[in-house]
Amino acid sequence: MADAQGAQRRQSRIRDMLAGWRAHHGEVARNSFQRLLATPVSSAMTWLVIGIALALPASLYVGLINMQALGEAWDSTARLSLYLKMDVDDARGKALAEALRKDSELVAVQFTDRASALAEFRAISGFGDVLDGLDENPLPALITVEPVAGLSAEHLGQLQQRLSALPEVESAQLDLEWVQRLYALVKLGQRLAITLAALLALGVILVIGNTIRLAIESRRDEIVVIKLVGGTDAFVRRPFLYTGLWYGVGGGLCAWLVVAISLWVMSGPVARLAGLYGSEFSLDGLGLVATLLLWLSGGLLGLAGAWLAVARHLGDIEPK
Amino acid sequence: MAMIRFDSVSKRYPEGHEALSRASFEIDEGQMVFLTGHSGAGKSTLLKLVMLMERPSQGQVFVNGQNLRNIGRLKIPFLRRQIGVVFQNHQLLFDRTVFDNVALPLIISGCPHQEIGRRVRAALDKVGLLDKERNNPITLSGGEQQRVGIARAVVNKPPLLLADEPTGNLDPQLAAEVMGLFQQFNQVGVTVLIASHDIALIKSLSYPIMSLKGGQVTRQPATEAEVPFDG
Repeated sequence: MADAQGAQRRQSRIRDMLAGWRAHHGEVARNSFQRLLATPVSSAMTWLVIGIALALPASLYVGLINMQALGEAWDSTARLSLYLKMDVDDARGKALAEALRKDSELVAVQFTDRASALAEFRAISGFGDVLDGLDENPLPALITVEPVAGLSAEHLGQLQQRLSALPEVESAQLDLEWVQRLYALVKLGQRLAITLAALLALGVILVIGNTIRLAIESRRDEIVVIKLVGGTDAFVRRPFLYTGLWYGVGGGLCAWLVVAISLWVMSGPVARLAGLYGSEFSLDGLGLVATLLLWLSGGLLGLAGAWLAVARHLGDIEPK
Repeated sequence: MAMIRFDSVSKRYPEGHEALSRASFEIDEGQMVFLTGHSGAGKSTLLKLVMLMERPSQGQVFVNGQNLRNIGRLKIPFLRRQIGVVFQNHQLLFDRTVFDNVALPLIISGCPHQEIGRRVRAALDKVGLLDKERNNPITLSGGEQQRVGIARAVVNKPPLLLADEPTGNLDPQLAAEVMGLFQQFNQVGVTVLIASHDIALIKSLSYPIMSLKGGQVTRQPATEAEVPFDG
């Protein structure tokens, strides 16, 4: 009976301790945020520095996903244009088209005879008068084929070679070279973004570390007193870690704002450009996951910077 | 049982000065003892050894039954929570109220919120500053600041109270008041060790005196027989 009561008392004491610990964390978090707000200009400058540093790789990331989206939009409609030799008549061209429809690597085949090609060219180009002056139709017949989706660039190249080797075909053109170049560029951009992100992350850690170092210096007396009356290292560290966290999270928010504003500024011109190409393309934003990731990485970098400063400088401050 | 025991403790500083030289003494639980000696005789060093602000070069120190040699850096805070300390320069923080200064040891030891208010007010009441809890300590007089320091030292009811020249900056009347407070805490069972060179004040009170000279501690019995002393 007495044991049970003792256990109960012990349990409630642990509960009290936990509640006190939680309350203390909440209080320290609030308190360190209020300290940042008490010096709004210098805090805002730090937030902005971190924000810009994080916004650079974030914008590069947004640019890359948009380029990739652009590439994929074209990739899915990769086409080969087979220009037939001039001596191949329409009947033979149609027969070839029929044969190609049975090809397992092609999903769509469209035959355009020489007369239709001329009519189409006349309608689109506006060179009607010039064409009227010619004695005969200068345009070859054309078979447009669409390969099955998901072929690699290499595979597409092989397909192009096979088709251009057909006796009726003068040349086979793959409308894909620029997509390949775009992919190579995106790959390069990704490397660049990762390198830049790593460098700037280091920069953010150092900026926050230095800011926290100054905060530690300005609260030296308080640290000494806390150590004198029995504060643990964790207790002394806590407010500075929260300060670092708030710097990082605030910087993440700034970065998000910078990216959002840049996108908004660019969306008008991009829509006009896409309109000129007859495309529905519009800029993708950061998205929810990337936004959360930006905040999270801001917060983590802030914590890391604070840890660095705290580990280096708190040990030096001992009561004398 | 001894609250503080020094077992042939020496403390040499890197620059060669020897503050303590094989000093041995004991202070029993519940005693109140004065520590005297001219400035530089090692009074502060002795207190710092008790709080583990310094470690001895030789010998062993026991506090409240613990051999301080076994207390690593990470456990020092938990030793200090058993010791209330009053400083000559009181070490108050001027960026917060009297209440928050006194509450600091309780917050550090994870005391529940309701309990903090109750205990801080009890401590402030004891030193007669209950009406000043919302003030900034910088607005208080020297004597009041020292009393805030005392309230902070006793707020978590430590079994041991150390004071380093607690009356150094006070006029005789305030000094006597502060000493009266220490006597009250001693009467409820707190072991008190006060370093002071205010010989006149010490002699007027009947407590045992330890004097530090040449790195050695010598004990004199209480000046009057009314306080028992078993040294």
